[in-house]
Amino acid sequence: MEMPRPNPDVIARKRALVARLQQVLPNDAVIHDEAETRAYECDALTAYKCPPLLAVLPSTTQQVSDVLRICHDLNVPVVPRGAGTSLAGGALPTADCVILGVARMNDVLEVDYDNRFIKVQTGRTNLSVTGAVEEEDFFYAPDPSSQLACAIAGNIAMNSGGAHCLKYGVTTNNLMGVTMVMMDGSVVEIGGAYLDAGGLDLLGVICGSEGQLGVVTEATLRILRKPEGARPVLMGFDDNEVAGQCVSDIIKSGILPVAIEFMDRLCIRACENFAHAGYPDCEALLIVEVEGSEAEIDSQLSKIIEIAKRHNPVELRESQSADESARIWLGRKSAFGAMGQINDYMCLDGTIPVSSLPFVLRRIGELSEDYGLPVGNVFHAGDGNMHPLILFDANKPGDLEKCEAFGAEILKLCVDAGGCLTGEHGVGIEKRDLMNHQYATHDLEAQMAVKDVFDPNWLLNPAKVFPLEVSAGRRVAAE
Amino acid sequence: MRPETEAELAEIVAGLNGPVRIAGGGTRGVAGPEPVLSAAGLRGITLYEPGALTLVARAGTPLAEIDAALEAEGQQLAFEPMDYRGLLGTSGEPTIGGVVAANISGPRRIQAGACRDFLLGVHYVDGLGRVIKNGGRVMKNVTGYDLVKLMAGSWGTLGVLTEVSLKVLPKPEAQMTLAVGAPDVRTAVEVMSAALKSPYEVSGAAYDPSTGRALLRIEGFSDSVAYRDNRLREAVGGESIGSEDSALRWGELRDVRAFHDHDGDVWRLSVKPGDAPDIAARISADRLLFDWGGGLIWASVPKGTDVRERLGHFQGHATLLRADAPTMEELGRFQPENIAIQSLTKGIQKKFDPRGVFNQGLMG
Repeated sequence: MEMPRPNPDVIARKRALVARLQQVLPNDAVIHDEAETRAYECDALTAYKCPPLLAVLPSTTQQVSDVLRICHDLNVPVVPRGAGTSLAGGALPTADCVILGVARMNDVLEVDYDNRFIKVQTGRTNLSVTGAVEEEDFFYAPDPSSQLACAIAGNIAMNSGGAHCLKYGVTTNNLMGVTMVMMDGSVVEIGGAYLDAGGLDLLGVICGSEGQLGVVTEATLRILRKPEGARPVLMGFDDNEVAGQCVSDIIKSGILPVAIEFMDRLCIRACENFAHAGYPDCEALLIVEVEGSEAEIDSQLSKIIEIAKRHNPVELRESQSADESARIWLGRKSAFGAMGQINDYMCLDGTIPVSSLPFVLRRIGELSEDYGLPVGNVFHAGDGNMHPLILFDANKPGDLEKCEAFGAEILKLCVDAGGCLTGEHGVGIEKRDLMNHQYATHDLEAQMAVKDVFDPNWLLNPAKVFPLEVSAGRRVAAE
Repeated sequence: MRPETEAELAEIVAGLNGPVRIAGGGTRGVAGPEPVLSAAGLRGITLYEPGALTLVARAGTPLAEIDAALEAEGQQLAFEPMDYRGLLGTSGEPTIGGVVAANISGPRRIQAGACRDFLLGVHYVDGLGRVIKNGGRVMKNVTGYDLVKLMAGSWGTLGVLTEVSLKVLPKPEAQMTLAVGAPDVRTAVEVMSAALKSPYEVSGAAYDPSTGRALLRIEGFSDSVAYRDNRLREAVGGESIGSEDSALRWGELRDVRAFHDHDGDVWRLSVKPGDAPDIAARISADRLLFDWGGGLIWASVPKGTDVRERLGHFQGHATLLRADAPTMEELGRFQPENIAIQSLTKGIQKKFDPRGVFNQGLMG
């Protein structure tokens, strides 16, 4: 993956930059020792690494503002970083950049149950937002798999989703307001504890802009009362197509499950070997979960089971207890760990229209044979968000490149089927060069024009999202 | 000007040499310069997959046509877009493009989300006549910047929508409304808040002071509705209104029926629900209506009243929806933003419509 050549002028001014930053931050918040900056050399896309020029860990919005103003004055690129869990390389540094980490900003600023919101500093982890409101039986809905570690700042940057978004939406649907620091150090407030911020929906375009428009330091998030209960049903099928048809029939019946998860044979076997969840050995497995009171759950599950039976399932297991529910979820939740046991893997997250599922799965199978690399599929079936996991051997020369080429073909396939490159991980560097496949030049121009307004010098996370050759003119003009 | 294809529309825009006013069905009371560039000729549902909960339509498609197609499959637009005709005394056919351009959402917004939350993708023609697409037709999509949200609620100031993709949802089998006595706004907001804090998935919470009753809506499968209605009644009291009556009430609330025959300017305020009693008192309106658990205030005031001036600073924003032309001109439809936001807004408008041909002065 190509990254822009670091600017030697910036690197040459490191000492001056450190001195300026130390004037506005405590000493331990400016990390410039080469051994220590290495901690920030990559995110969860570990195939790519580059230590930054230095890293800063501000504790307040004012400090973030001071840092950005200084970097703006000295023309230094800044890469914002939440918890560094991006699978797309969204927080990958360049050698001439300052990493701005928000990890020290993790306070809860306000909890208001009557008005159903929480206001937090964005370094707070996703799960600990729910943790802060759990005593009143509330929760924050978006639940990315990395929720134990990932920060709200990164969730906002990538517009993170999760398993339960069929019912509750993704980050953008649960974000009410932000305090954001612009690259020139100015601080803007957008939205708040009321619905639908006035004027243009700037909040909507900031969410998912991958840290390229500003650094969000505080967020007002919608919180919801927990449902009375939730219970899954597990069903196995001999055919992917039939499983896909079953998903479509459930949705058409008027039931809105909170989650519909899909696993293919390779994943089922891997999970079973790893977690011993008691999964059947079959072609396709669905886990469908519904919410409500006991009676409501019973009634919805019986409707779902009736639909499933019309599709001749090889297995149908309705959870009767919390213990059984946990077992049904156990395999799915350990899917990534299970695949990691087998081999190194690359996880994609292209989205497709649910109706093209059988075709796409068949084609991925064919490609897998062509490339000689196995693929397992786990998948949020209700919303078409696929997670093909390509297995490869990082120690085998050429395997990573082969895996990336295969991955790129799968993502193009998703786009051609009417879907998109990424459903919840973001573009980062990983899918940057595929953007031309989904969007025409004019479409990308329109997006970059927004960045031109927020960050005219293209200093914030500049080498991400857009193909390097497409953004080159803007980045070079900034140097 | 009434093109019938996206290409024709793009060609017209490219050839413009002065400002135009963009219209769909023309029902939402937007005044402005002539000539009018109508998107109403771009009609038709181009894709509808009930099993994938997605619908794609050209921007000029009448809302009624979309509702009918969804109804046939037992689905609906869950954000419950309001019909402005009764309130504004306009005629014409509301279009899906108009709904999206104005981000129109009704009572269910508090539970299901706003129009923008259901918008999956757009095609639009920018100010230079280029056709731009963003988003797509799948429910999860973080590929590049979300211009879809930016276009929703931009009131035609950034481009002319030509096609929209929407997430749709099953239409609930049944509904019920709980009517709870509330002598004043404060009590009503407390009742609504208690209901919205419950696990019973209240999909509407409104209060009409003239009736002294807060209305709480529950929707879903019949058995589930009956169960939740019972539980909620145990928690907050009140009496139940059955399915048909309930649907009628929420239709009236959605379209602000109470103000149709009422003279005066109409304002729409989005506020923190808990602030509603105080804000309502400060407006000293002739007539008030509360939706979204108190977070949405409808106020009817004497002609020419500057509600923003009466309120001073508050968390939220006030939109002037119905007034004569001079008042609209003087006070402006939208609440002025602070300098920083204004500068971002103007910057974006300048990029999307460099020649300033679309709906000048309407927003920002």
